[in-house]
Amino acid sequence: MGSLLQVNNLKTGFHTEDGMQTVITGIDFEVNHGEIVGLVGESGSGKSVTSLSIMQLLHDTPGEIIDGEIIYKGEDLLKLSEKKMRQYRGNELSMIFQEPMTSLNPVMKIGKQIIETISLHLNMSGQKAKQHAVSMLESVGIPRAKDIMNEYPHQLSGGMRQRVMIAMQISCNPSLLIADEPTTALDVTIQAQILDLLKDIQEKTNMGILMITHDLGVVAEICDRVIVMYAGRIVEQATVKEIFNNPKHPYTKGLIDSIPKIGAGLDELYSIPGAVPSPKNMPKGCKFAPRCEHVMDICNLEEPALAMENGRSSRCWLTQEQSQQEGVVGHGQ
Amino acid sequence: MMSKLQIETSTMEIPKVKSENRFLNFWRQFRKKKPALFSLYFVFLLLLTMVIGPHIVPYDPAEPNYNRLLEFPTLDHLFGTDEYGRDILSRIIVGARITLSVSVSAVLLGTVVGTVLGLVSGFFGKWVDKAIMRICDVLFAFPDLILAIGIVAILGPGVRNVIIAVAFFNIPSFARIVRGATLEVKEMLFVESARSVGASTTRIVWKHIFPETIPVIIVYFTMNVGTAILSAASLSFLGLGADPSSSDWGAMLSMSRDYIGSSFHLVFFPGLVIFLTVLAFNLLGDGLRDVLDPKTND
Amino acid sequence: MGNNVLIDIKDVKKHFPLSKSWFEEKQYVKAVDGISFSINQGETFGLVGESGCGKSTTGRLINGLIKSDTGEVIFNGKDLASLSEKQWKAYRKKMQMIFQDPYASLSPRMKVKDILMEPLTIHFPRMSKQEKIETVKNLLDKCGISEFHLNKYPHEFSGGQRQRISIARALILQPELIIADEAVSALDVSIQSQILNLMKNLQKEFNLTYLFISHDLSVVEHISDRVGVMYLGNLIEVASKQSIFKDPKHPYTKSLLASIPQPDPSVKRERISLKGEIPSPSNPPTGCKFHTRCPLAMDVCKEKVPIMQKLNENQQVACHLY
Repeated sequence: MGSLLQVNNLKTGFHTEDGMQTVITGIDFEVNHGEIVGLVGESGSGKSVTSLSIMQLLHDTPGEIIDGEIIYKGEDLLKLSEKKMRQYRGNELSMIFQEPMTSLNPVMKIGKQIIETISLHLNMSGQKAKQHAVSMLESVGIPRAKDIMNEYPHQLSGGMRQRVMIAMQISCNPSLLIADEPTTALDVTIQAQILDLLKDIQEKTNMGILMITHDLGVVAEICDRVIVMYAGRIVEQATVKEIFNNPKHPYTKGLIDSIPKIGAGLDELYSIPGAVPSPKNMPKGCKFAPRCEHVMDICNLEEPALAMENGRSSRCWLTQEQSQQEGVVGHGQ
Repeated sequence: MMSKLQIETSTMEIPKVKSENRFLNFWRQFRKKKPALFSLYFVFLLLLTMVIGPHIVPYDPAEPNYNRLLEFPTLDHLFGTDEYGRDILSRIIVGARITLSVSVSAVLLGTVVGTVLGLVSGFFGKWVDKAIMRICDVLFAFPDLILAIGIVAILGPGVRNVIIAVAFFNIPSFARIVRGATLEVKEMLFVESARSVGASTTRIVWKHIFPETIPVIIVYFTMNVGTAILSAASLSFLGLGADPSSSDWGAMLSMSRDYIGSSFHLVFFPGLVIFLTVLAFNLLGDGLRDVLDPKTND
Repeated sequence: MGNNVLIDIKDVKKHFPLSKSWFEEKQYVKAVDGISFSINQGETFGLVGESGCGKSTTGRLINGLIKSDTGEVIFNGKDLASLSEKQWKAYRKKMQMIFQDPYASLSPRMKVKDILMEPLTIHFPRMSKQEKIETVKNLLDKCGISEFHLNKYPHEFSGGQRQRISIARALILQPELIIADEAVSALDVSIQSQILNLMKNLQKEFNLTYLFISHDLSVVEHISDRVGVMYLGNLIEVASKQSIFKDPKHPYTKSLLASIPQPDPSVKRERISLKGEIPSPSNPPTGCKFHTRCPLAMDVCKEKVPIMQKLNENQQVACHLY
């Protein structure tokens, strides 16, 4: 089966004092069935806004989707009514957040929260819903699942809360799970457990996962394909092997080289100079040009397109010039 | 489901609008709060009246005119005249000075004492905190006005003692608010980092914690001025405040209550300015709170 | 790197009381439960562990932000606990801290120059303003912040720049020891590498000694000379960087290392996944505190607390297996 989620030319902006500021400038990508796609970027890259745009959870923020399509199983989510979208959320598309405490209701017993979700979407009655809830908790590796049903979120540790959150979000067999930094707040040993759990669930249910993270280690561990974002744009997209073995975009390469690696024995780390540009002061040409060590004249004048080549794409004049010389340029946009 | 998918905005990448100037930034937001903005204009007008009032009055506010007693508003006397034939508009204009200066200085005094107590209480905690807070509880237990009446009864009537009385019941509310803010700020990392460079307690409280509580203080100061005007007016009304013959708004109300049946305007106009002034200070405080201290609002 | 011990921590304990009702037995969170280690002049000692293991408390105990219950902190041969308030102030200059969250650790209503001048005002009251400004400018420049920013407020800077300001403030008193508590954890990777490089360069230039507290093993491996691993208030392994990362001895260290996701898809993580969660520090397991999660736990582990023993010149471990 083809793509599960297809995002076409998505543009999202924020209302600010100085009018609308575009923070995501027309991005395209897809997530297939049974695939874990990593959406990587630093703060300010627009990765979280992308996930909220897909879920259409921007009302609590000054954000608004300006343009584009979000095709889920052949249907444009942006054209759905809020009522229909609400039925989709938690049922077809689910989302887990970095800090589960903020997404769980602190004054409601865990069992009740899961049962509520189940009865809302699965049309199950009391006892059956309860059994399903317990089995979901067990399936995410929670010991004493029956007791936990009667506990409150604050009685659990961070790792346990994240498991509860995962159990809740997968209880209605969603086809797509969006995980926004799900392990960032957790300790490494717990992070490893949660990553294993997500991988297992994905293999069992064949759901698609969009994994939003800043941690390239997590990406390498769990993802099949990677999308790298910078300043509200996709700058590179490739399979996880290609990204790590042969990054095309200088930003991707810089990111990978910036991570300290155990046993590398380097005295100095590679570092990308400068910082992410603010939406107010975006450079004119390539948005990465001011920090790039391969910058050329054209980079400051014109922004390169996201060019496709052998199933991977990159937004860089460097690779595009090379391929133009070789005469195999294809435009992704 | 929706309710559980609440989003913590702090984790999000919302572009921050940074302004070089804090005041400009504040003003840009404040400008949008229309009621507060109008209140601010009104308060400015009052302040202006305080300064130039005596120079712009149409009549001498103390000059009786036995030919025109208890006249209803006319073009000559826009607000009418009182039982001695004095022009009510002129009296109100001149009265702004005494009424406002009493309430503002009372609240100022209450703020200073309350802030110091609140900082000490919040920062040192333990028995100091307990002692100060229990005293505040006792003060809180009395209705404001009864407390003020009691104090004036002990000290004797007069403007100075009204100021002290009104200041007195402002102390506990400021002490509590500042203590609350201090408790919050005290736990912040920059306080610990100041301590780690060796800053003394006084320095930490004064240079690091106090500045953080200023917005809250400004907000409550503004709001309490409104209440203080009412209290001062009430004391005057009861004959415990300003000299009854003076043009203090409360005293005006007090003196004219005998005529409420026949000459309604005697009560109406002083009452109206008190009402508008109190409202303006409250709305201004509300607006300031929305901008300066968004947390307490939700 | 000389082998002069700069700071020696001996059996330091800190238990925080848990407020309970009158009728219940008083409970304590054993945040730091008797740890000993030393840091040599000019080296970087990395202190790693998961949340709640007491690593941050250890940093604060050394710095004197928290008073220890028992134990000694010996700095340059002087027991800090024995110092009077005045003497302590002189020692305070010699150790400074860098905190995790650069957004919260700088006073929001102070200008950069005031933030940086404050330590000088406190410790050198007689220094002229001009002198102070010069010192500040000089140091900011070394930390990569232009002097044009002197009159700005912290909120006008990015996270990386703020951390540079924090570093400059920590260095302004010319300390010998810098305690960096998760100093790069809140930063993006590309900024993190800038700050790590800066810290390394400054260390060479000013001959600094670092206590680098972090949960991130890759970062610790990069910057440290020696590493201590903490679990539930105890040090369970102390070794040189080479030994601990190539040949970890304690089962906890091993699983910690195995848990790090490697930024290389060709390396498959060897899954020694630890069972369960970290026990509560208010009610830690008896014997070896790790025995509840240890894949190699033996009977003795439940009863006897393992003591730290020296395996060789570079490695110490507290485990009954050795």
